[in-house]
Amino acid sequence: MRTTWKRLAVAAAIAALPLAGTIGTAQAEGEKFILVSHAPDSDSWWNTIKNGITLAGEQMGVEVEYRNPPTGDIADMARIIQQAAASNPDGIITTLADPDVLSGPIQDAVDKGIPVIIINSGTPEKAAELGALMYVGQPEYDAGLAAGQRAKRDGVGSFLCVNHVISNPVVGERCAGFADGLGVDLGSSMIDSGQDPAEIKNKVKAYLSANPETEAVLTLGPTSADPTIDALKEMGKAGDIYFGTFDLGTEIVKAIKDGTIQWGIDQQPFLQAYLPVIILTNYQRFGVLPGNNINSGPGFVTADALGKVEEFAGEYR
Amino acid sequence: MSDTPQAVVDERVQKQSKLKKALIRPELGSICGTILVFVFFFLVAADSGMFSAEGTMNWTVVSAQFAIIAVGACLLMIAGEFDLSVGSMIGFSGIVIALMSVTYGFPMWVAILTAFAVAMAIGWLNGYICVKTGLPSFIVTLAFLYILRGLTIFLSIATTNKTIIGGVKEAAEGDPLAALFGGKVLTGLFSWMGEQGWLATFKGGSRAGQPIVDGIPMLVVWAIVLVIFGHFLLTRTRFGNWIYASGGDAQAARYVGVPVDRVKILMFMFTAFCATVFATCQVIEFGSAAADRGLLKEFEAIISVVIGGALLTGGYGSVVGAALGALIFGVVQQGLFFANVESSLFRVFLGTILLLAVILNTYIRRMITGER
Repeated sequence: MRTTWKRLAVAAAIAALPLAGTIGTAQAEGEKFILVSHAPDSDSWWNTIKNGITLAGEQMGVEVEYRNPPTGDIADMARIIQQAAASNPDGIITTLADPDVLSGPIQDAVDKGIPVIIINSGTPEKAAELGALMYVGQPEYDAGLAAGQRAKRDGVGSFLCVNHVISNPVVGERCAGFADGLGVDLGSSMIDSGQDPAEIKNKVKAYLSANPETEAVLTLGPTSADPTIDALKEMGKAGDIYFGTFDLGTEIVKAIKDGTIQWGIDQQPFLQAYLPVIILTNYQRFGVLPGNNINSGPGFVTADALGKVEEFAGEYR
Repeated sequence: MSDTPQAVVDERVQKQSKLKKALIRPELGSICGTILVFVFFFLVAADSGMFSAEGTMNWTVVSAQFAIIAVGACLLMIAGEFDLSVGSMIGFSGIVIALMSVTYGFPMWVAILTAFAVAMAIGWLNGYICVKTGLPSFIVTLAFLYILRGLTIFLSIATTNKTIIGGVKEAAEGDPLAALFGGKVLTGLFSWMGEQGWLATFKGGSRAGQPIVDGIPMLVVWAIVLVIFGHFLLTRTRFGNWIYASGGDAQAARYVGVPVDRVKILMFMFTAFCATVFATCQVIEFGSAAADRGLLKEFEAIISVVIGGALLTGGYGSVVGAALGALIFGVVQQGLFFANVESSLFRVFLGTILLLAVILNTYIRRMITGER
């Protein structure tokens, strides 16, 4: 009996060791900022955000943390924001993926005296309403609209929108904007593809087989774009069908290069992560603050301007 | 009995010391685990705000969420069955409430009662299929995991074109039944403590001067009520014995006249009830329902129950243990945030600590029950 206890105690101590090590490094000097995203673990796009805050943290000599709900459940995200506020950081950077759920916790943090910057999902109006310092991101509907108008100029009349984050209404606005830009009804052109690559690929194939007259495909990020590229290649439609995507990633850049994808809309997530850390640090240190919201995108990336993008895709771009 | 050594000793009954008797409880392992976890986080995260009023409320609420679904999962598991559709049921019930109240304009109490009725009917169906076909509940409820999730997405898209339905908070205003799920109790006490300067208060905004923690959410009250109810049912009633018997050996239980089928079906309905309590509290608190709510919650419920000392094979376990399991899970999960654990390693630590908790638990149980 005694040996069992002893063994358990040793096991617990061993388990605690690496934890204690990780915790020790956190107590560096400098301010502490927490970024809370709505992305599930499976969404690789957010790696750029992580790299962005890490770089800014190093440059400014501040401590940064990245937190997200593992399954992308927004209600869990609300708890994480509450937790972040309870740990009294010098600033919180967060997205506003679902205002109904997140307004309360964000408002609580603001009222507690913690400076908050809204990034990525959300609108400047909502950010101001909550008392956040500013909004850094890409107005989603406008970006979709610009993309739709561009596609219309290129002669497109119908499209498929592959939505891998159907639960995020803000991202869905991109499809709505695209449809309005084309001047067509969104109708059933938007599919809920799920997050699994094989599932996305097969859904795209099924849709395009059932609707062979579809002229364009719009994907909303690397999660849906990468399998869609595969699907088009396997169907022999690559380069044939008009293909635009939101956001960049390694595979997307390759596809732009080989002509499968006409353009990618870069909302420059690096800026959404990097700038808030810089802004919050200077706000805490000197009380200075830019007087407006910051549009980090949209920028169209085509085959002509790929050098830097290719070099840093998936890392800082 | 030990006080009167002269009494007739039945040789078939093994003699046990009082201490050992007190120790032979399924929840002993989780009691030790709870103490260890609190000591651990007190050592590494005491100065991080984890044990401030606000931080405490944070992990309490998260633990209470786990506890609500763990009570249902625990009783069902003791009765020998699983329910993998708990997470999907949470999403489904939430959407039913939002659809009925916001989209179709029914009063909130009608919406909530409908959600409970529909959910428990589905729970009944789950149980009925398992009992009548003899298929493992693992498979049947796995099917419902997909069916319910798919229906949830379909219902919300077909009626509103969106997967998130907002505006529930407005619809719930002044509704007596909604207050039972989304309100807070002891608000007076908390604002008094805020005035006394015992609790941190808001520094700015429209709520300056009010305490940051302004009451105990009904979610926590529900968790406590359900745990007490479940514990009483299991340990103090005939029905509780039937639950143990159904899970221990269903055939033997049938021979002695336990209505095994009815017990199991009722437990499936109770699990669905618990999932709907979870969903209702969440929808009323956050003011919106989304089709992807509750993902993976079924596993969180099961792991809480297993940390709490229940056997996956049924017939053994305790509701108090499951509640402590939920507390351990909640404290560890939120505590790791407070302890500043590197985010990409977060789940590694979570998994490791949970595994350790279960191992510790199993050892302690074997030690005290003498099983090999």
